[in-house]
Amino acid sequence: MSQAEGTAVAAGAPGLRRRRFSRGRFLRGSVPYGLIVPVAAAIGAILGYPLYSLVRLSLQHYGLFELISHRGQWVGLDNFRSVLGDAVFWHTLLRTVVFTAVNVSATIVLGTLVALLLVRVSAWARLLLTGGLVLVWATPVVVAVQIWYWMTNFQNGVVNYVLTKLRVGDFFQHDWYATTFSQLGLVTTLVVWGALPFVAISVYASLAQVPRELVEAAEIDGARPWRVFLDVIFPILRPILLILTSLSIIWDFGVFTQPFLLIGQSHIHPGNYLMGVYLFEEGYVKTDFGRGAAISLLMLLMVSAMSVVYVRKMVRMGDVE
Amino acid sequence: MNPRRATRAGWNTVAVVLFVLMVFPVFWMISTAFKPDDQIVSADPSWFSLHPTIAHFRAAIDTPFFWTDVKNSLIIVCTTVVISIGLAFLAAIALAKYRFSGRKLFIVLMIGIQMLPQAGLIIPLYVVLARYHQVNALTGVILTYMTFALPFSVWTLRGFIINIPRELEEAAMVDGSTRLGAFVKILLPLAAPGLVATSVFAFITSWNEYIFARVLLNDQGKQTLTVWLSYFLGSSRHTDWGALMAGSTLTAIPVLVFFLLVQRKIAFGLTAGAVKA
Repeated sequence: MSQAEGTAVAAGAPGLRRRRFSRGRFLRGSVPYGLIVPVAAAIGAILGYPLYSLVRLSLQHYGLFELISHRGQWVGLDNFRSVLGDAVFWHTLLRTVVFTAVNVSATIVLGTLVALLLVRVSAWARLLLTGGLVLVWATPVVVAVQIWYWMTNFQNGVVNYVLTKLRVGDFFQHDWYATTFSQLGLVTTLVVWGALPFVAISVYASLAQVPRELVEAAEIDGARPWRVFLDVIFPILRPILLILTSLSIIWDFGVFTQPFLLIGQSHIHPGNYLMGVYLFEEGYVKTDFGRGAAISLLMLLMVSAMSVVYVRKMVRMGDVE
Repeated sequence: MNPRRATRAGWNTVAVVLFVLMVFPVFWMISTAFKPDDQIVSADPSWFSLHPTIAHFRAAIDTPFFWTDVKNSLIIVCTTVVISIGLAFLAAIALAKYRFSGRKLFIVLMIGIQMLPQAGLIIPLYVVLARYHQVNALTGVILTYMTFALPFSVWTLRGFIINIPRELEEAAMVDGSTRLGAFVKILLPLAAPGLVATSVFAFITSWNEYIFARVLLNDQGKQTLTVWLSYFLGSSRHTDWGALMAGSTLTAIPVLVFFLLVQRKIAFGLTAGAVKA
């Protein structure tokens, strides 16, 4: 744009070209900077400055007293030493990694299967299922948590009723919140349910790029469905699956609302912490902001390392135009 | 029936079963919200009530601070959206229409910031806002919401603006419009659907936000609707499932309505026809 416009303006005023050129060019060159300044300044104030404070905080003892006096005591790397020397941190990290792996695999595999299903069904069934997926997608997380809590209630929960009716086992007054495994299992169903529509609809959209003739040719050549998927469909889905997987990893690793509200604050203890909950309890609830800052910093560094793949991919895509 | 048809019918059945499984939680929320109490706690639950009641909605609305929190949510969300979209629109034009050094860094920041987990930001935001006495204040929450609304809006709006063919703007300028005139007459109306869609998405994300509001707002009279809903169970001694589901339905309604609206807007192939014709 700026190039085309530059020639147009220059051609329109031949006599004044020499003198105005450098000044006009300078002004034109500064337009984009003028346009991004408000956002850049706002981001700097509401995010840049807090992140700078985060690094400072992580090197300070900062409790309730310091919060009121607005001044922390420098303690060097004590917070990091304390966090990294704490078995709870390592157990939480391991638990979060396993949780993330299970949730992401389930979301991506099920989402892809639903997308493949959407290609095979009649138009009315596709409309029905897509409508359902959009409805689930639109359900707020806090609302979904309340629904889950009600459905899995030990006394009147519909899940116990249905499972017993279907003769899956005796679930009469079964308490889903009794063990850590079962608690995190419930959180997993909630997270996967909520994330499935986004993945399924995105994969379905890129399935449209798979040439029909190619699939049919492979089928005529006698390829089994699994081989068709691996050799014909999967290569085309690869980029979108890569993006969706990295997004899901980042989201699930930092998940907070679902485990915090579904397990419930009275049932939360170091034995069922996930990273987000751990940070909230250790830093905010115990008003040990210095130590909380150290945990935050470690968590943000881990997530940043994980996002590198995604951000690079997105920037490359965004820079094409 | 030939085998091809039979497979299709089989897949359709799978799709219907899946639909039922996916939608059931939402159905169960609405169904419970309208059921009389004795049917809710019955040992043999019915799928929906033949005698629906709106008593639970009345109970949910009558809980303390419901309307205050609706008002708080609306103030926070609307202010966040208006400021974010206004600032982001300018930056999105810069990204879509100009090449300048630092552009790539700015894009990396906009994408990268959206990846930061909110849980990781609560400590520094809380401490910094406390320093400026913005804890327990709606303005503080609005500032924290802008940390995700701004980069999201910049990136999404840029996608909409980049798809507006520059031929249209150039044509207007050839016809004698100034650059500002071309902007007002051509770019703004064509970007309008993108602005609406992005605003609605920003509205939904802010309306649904929980952790920042939970950390920053402690006074009951200053909370948002999601925080109100999360404390709902604690407010009564016996669990009023009907009212909880009615409250959940009320919280979800604005989002559901908006979401269905935007789905269509985004599918609009707005500028495709303009150039070809």
